[in-house]
Amino acid sequence: MTWEPRPVPEVNPETDRYWQAASSGELLVQECADCGLVYHYPRSLCPDCFSEKVEWREASGRGEVYSYSTARTMSGWPEDDLPLVVAYVELDEGPRIMTNIDADPEDVAIGARVEVRFVDTEDEDVSIPVFVPADA
Amino acid sequence: MTEREPAYIAGAFEHPTREAPDKSTMQLHAEVAKGALADAGLSKDDVNGLFTAGVPEYQSGLSPLVIADYLGIDASYVDTTDYGGSSYIAHVGHAVSAIRDGKCDVALITLAGRPRSRGQATGSGAREIRTVQDSFERIYGATNITMYGMAAQRHMHEHGTTAEQLAEIRVAASQHAQYNDDAMFQDPVTVEDVVESRVVADPLHLLDCCVISDGGGALVLVSEDVRDDLDREAVEVLGHGEAPSHHDAGRIDITRTGAESSGERAFAEAGLGPADIDYASIYDSFTITVLEAIEDLGFCEKGEGGEFVEGGTLQAPDGDLPFNTDGGGLCSNHPANRGGMTKVIEAVRQLRGEANPEVQVDADIALAHGTGGSIATRHGAATVVLGGEGR
Repeated sequence: MTWEPRPVPEVNPETDRYWQAASSGELLVQECADCGLVYHYPRSLCPDCFSEKVEWREASGRGEVYSYSTARTMSGWPEDDLPLVVAYVELDEGPRIMTNIDADPEDVAIGARVEVRFVDTEDEDVSIPVFVPADA
Repeated sequence: MTEREPAYIAGAFEHPTREAPDKSTMQLHAEVAKGALADAGLSKDDVNGLFTAGVPEYQSGLSPLVIADYLGIDASYVDTTDYGGSSYIAHVGHAVSAIRDGKCDVALITLAGRPRSRGQATGSGAREIRTVQDSFERIYGATNITMYGMAAQRHMHEHGTTAEQLAEIRVAASQHAQYNDDAMFQDPVTVEDVVESRVVADPLHLLDCCVISDGGGALVLVSEDVRDDLDREAVEVLGHGEAPSHHDAGRIDITRTGAESSGERAFAEAGLGPADIDYASIYDSFTITVLEAIEDLGFCEKGEGGEFVEGGTLQAPDGDLPFNTDGGGLCSNHPANRGGMTKVIEAVRQLRGEANPEVQVDADIALAHGTGGSIATRHGAATVVLGGEGR
C-alpha cells in the first residue's frame, strides 16, 4: 500500500532527513543543544533561541492523543480513506504533531496511548508517520 | 496614556448579495468601495489609503496593484496584511496608525469574493501543498473543519463543554438572522436542530459551521479633520490589538486563541474592559470559534464559555452580551470565506443605531473580533474596540 493518492510532502534540504528516516522506520524530532528545546517540524535554527546547534534525535514513536476529529466528508480526498481521523499526538518527547490515527474512529479517544507506523510513498526516500492504538 | 489623534470609521457597506454568478470579484470590490464611500459622503478621489487582503482568484502577492489598477485609485499608503478572515479587523487598526502618522487621511478597506459561485468546498476541501507547514499538516487531511473540530473536542475534554452549549451560539445567531432580509438562513433553529444536524467533523455538526457566500464589504476610515467636514455619524476606533498565534514548535494549546493577547491590547489602548462592551461582533467561522474567543477576550473565565452562552446570553436585545445581530457568518454572510469585515460593519450599525430594530442594542461601546486562519495550527487574532458618538 502506498500513501498516494493522498497529498505527499514537499521535501526540502531542511526536512529531507526527517522523511528519509521515516522511510527507514524512524521518527525524528530535533533538539537544540543550547536551550534544550525538543521541537517539531524540522528547522535549521532553533525556533526558541535561534541557535544553529540543533541535533536530530530518534523519538520513541510513542505518545498520546492530544485531540482528534473524524472527517466524514472531504472534497478532493480519496473516498476509501473516509472517515478519516485527523489528530494531534503529543509525543513522549513533548511536541504535539499532526497526524492520522489509523483505527476505527470509535476506538480513538483523547489521552489514548498510540504508537507510530510508517506508510510508504511512491518515493522510496519518503514515508509518512501515522499512529495506531498502542495495544494494536 | 499618551494623547492620540482620534480616527473614525465614517463609512461602512455590506454587499447585499450572497450569490453573484454574474459578477466578477473585482466588480464586487468596486461596488462595496462605492457603497462605503457613499455612506461616508466621500468620493473615490478622496481615497489615499488602500487596504485589502488577498484576492483569492488572482495572483497572490499582487493584490494591492490589482485592486488599485481596477479601482483607479492613487494611494499614498497601502497595506495588504493577510491572515485570513480577521485581516479586515487588523486593517482597521493599521488604517488608524497610518492616519495618525499622516500617511493618509481617507483609508478604504475592501473585501470581496465568490466562493459560492465557484463551488468551493471551503471548510472541508483538501488543499494543495504550498507552505512549509503544509507538508506536516495538510498531507494528513488537516482541513479547516477538522482543525476546528479538534479544538472543540479538546475544549470538551478539558472543560466539559457540550454540543448543546455550542449549539446555543447558532441558536442566538439564527434568532437575529430572522430580522435580516439579506441573511442566507432566516429561520430560527433550536438546540435540537443543531445537534441533530449531520456531523461533518466530530464533534461539529453542519449547523455549527458558517455559510458559504459570495459578496463583500468595505469600510472608510478618516482623520478627525476629514470627519469634521462630514454629515454622517462616525464611529471612533478606541483600541486595536493583534496577535498572530501559531504551533509554537509543538506546544500549541488549541483551547486558547490569540484573542487573549489581541483583546488585552485592544482593551488597554481603549482604557476599557470586557464589562464596558454593550455589543460584540465575534467571528463565527464555527460555533467553537465564538466560544473560545468569548473566554479569551475575558467575557468569562477560561473553560466557562459553555455555561456562559446558555440561556440566551448572546441574544439581542436583552442578553448580557448581544452578539452578531446581523446573523453573523453562521446564518447571514461569510463573503470570500472571510468574516472580519462584516463583524466591523455590524458593530458600526449598532453604534449608529442602524441595526435591525428588533435586535438594536443601546450600544455606546462595541467590540469586533476575528480569528482568521486555523484555530488549531496558525491564526491571526485581531480585536477593535469602537465608540459611538452618543457615548
